[in-house]
Amino acid sequence: MALPATVQEELIRPQTVDDPPVIDLHGLSVTFGRRQILKGLRGDLRGKAIGLLGPNGAGKTTLIHTLLGFHHPNAGTAQIFGHDIVDQAKKIKSLIGYMPERDAFIAKMTAVHFVRLMGELSGLPSEAALERAHEALFYVGLGEARYRKLETYSLGMKQLAKLAQAIVHGPKLIFLDEPTNGLDPPARLRMIKLIREIRDSGQANIVLSSHLLVDVEECCDEILILRDGQIAVYCNLEEERKSNRKFLMLETRGDQKQFVEALSKLGCEYAISSDSRLKVVLQDGVEVRDLYRLAGETQVQLRRLSYKRDSLEDIFLKAMENGYGGL
Amino acid sequence: MAVYEQTYKRYAGPLTPEWNRFLIIPRHAYRAVFSSKLFTAFFVICFLPLLVETILIYLHHNFGAIASMKINVRELVPIDAFFFQTFINIQGGFAFFVALLIGPPLVSRDLRNNALPLYLCRPFTRTEYVMGKMSVILILLSLITWVPQLLLFLFQSYLEGFAWFKANVWMINAIVLGGLVWALLLALLTQTISALVKWRVVASGILLGIFFIPTVFGAFVNEVFRTRWGNIISLGALIKNVTAGLFGTFERATDVMRFRDFEGTITEIQMFEPPLWASWMVLFVICAVCLALLSWKVKAYEVVR
Repeated sequence: MALPATVQEELIRPQTVDDPPVIDLHGLSVTFGRRQILKGLRGDLRGKAIGLLGPNGAGKTTLIHTLLGFHHPNAGTAQIFGHDIVDQAKKIKSLIGYMPERDAFIAKMTAVHFVRLMGELSGLPSEAALERAHEALFYVGLGEARYRKLETYSLGMKQLAKLAQAIVHGPKLIFLDEPTNGLDPPARLRMIKLIREIRDSGQANIVLSSHLLVDVEECCDEILILRDGQIAVYCNLEEERKSNRKFLMLETRGDQKQFVEALSKLGCEYAISSDSRLKVVLQDGVEVRDLYRLAGETQVQLRRLSYKRDSLEDIFLKAMENGYGGL
Repeated sequence: MAVYEQTYKRYAGPLTPEWNRFLIIPRHAYRAVFSSKLFTAFFVICFLPLLVETILIYLHHNFGAIASMKINVRELVPIDAFFFQTFINIQGGFAFFVALLIGPPLVSRDLRNNALPLYLCRPFTRTEYVMGKMSVILILLSLITWVPQLLLFLFQSYLEGFAWFKANVWMINAIVLGGLVWALLLALLTQTISALVKWRVVASGILLGIFFIPTVFGAFVNEVFRTRWGNIISLGALIKNVTAGLFGTFERATDVMRFRDFEGTITEIQMFEPPLWASWMVLFVICAVCLALLSWKVKAYEVVR
């Protein structure tokens, strides 16, 4: 007897613009004892790969665990692909894969046996689970080591085995909690490459939680920054960068005072980094040649002028300072 | 996602029904359990009493064999409720050691290696996880307790005739329930201890302790207070009474205790086993406590409040 067709259809149907958001947060709050960990999170996340960022204790892992049904929200709720995380937990779990942060495996098992078991528990028939277990292990690069017991694996190999078990059943959404933890540079690069491949395949959405901004920057198109259990920023990385295209770094020589006064009169925002360095945000209608003109008029030499795009680090630090909220 | 393609691809095939997914756990667990030659050998030994039982039933109906062995029919054990009850109890002893060998690492290994989130992030509930782990023990214990007893009951019915079967059909209930209660109790206890203790040796020690320490203490209470209520804390005695109750052989009045007072007068006191309802209630309470503890421990993550 097969499962109702709806689950299978939903697994294979590609995401369209009319579909409900990947994750829809409706005032999601989680409290452990007297500590409120998540404080009324709201918003709909639609990215192909969503980076989950925040300092320690911000609530990243709690958010993932709540979405996975491990913790019950004490107020509000959330939906994944339009399914409620409380009322339709089982349905959601058939659509997702999860790679936990901590070391997690079943002892005394070979990798292929482990991944096959995980596939079967996700609902795959035994033969299909075995076939996909082999494929998933080859895909993550553990093909040659798939008959080794998991206890004998190195940390990097265990991370890859965790990724294999998360994708063996071909989920629609994959939660990756600190996937590059403890990996050496080549292993980290391999993991990043795999995540990007999955993202680019268009077959699955990814939620990537990481402390490493560079990992998120390399893999994600959207970021959700949590601070103290609240959403500090939710933005599309590319759009955020585009909006800062008129952000300039200037290196000058001469008396800056008159130059910055002139800039101010022109309506430009600026920040003085040092005696010779300035950060300037050009207003609409102001061009770079206007800066050259002002420099000439105020007898200031422009030694260097460069466009600077906001890095994820800038966005992150800004969020930690301001918590402006991007939703 | 074929190996040569090396790309991520969703699974588009059929899915298995949800109601029997918990049976995936015992299927995979038996691979590890029977990879131990020592355990496999012990498991085979568990069937030896059943062989003896089969021979006894066969001899009862084969006069030629009895005559050739020069055995008096009256010397043979009668095939009745007490016969099946005795063998259920013997098999119960073997079942205890089977549970002792395979039970302790079942949950503790998963807890030690943080495997629970891997199970529970799938369409697989905590109840199904506990059912799956318990069925590893329940299936094996059933195979050496009530299932073969039931087959032997049918064998005896076949040899003795329909009249015997009709007269003793109630015994099916006693055999199945007697075996299942013992198997269920062992499964629950081993899983609970396994969930509470991470080390196999310690878990095995605790399981042995749970069975033998209260038995010794109960015997001490019986002697000091001149009662048989001490048996209420002995799991072995509880199961023995419950099984006897199911087979209709339970009698509250057991032995007579004689003692001499300071004046040299000998007094006799009739000893009474705890009533059956009390034994059933204690077993029920033990099972409820085990389930509560399992519900507390079997979680994807411990929440630090």
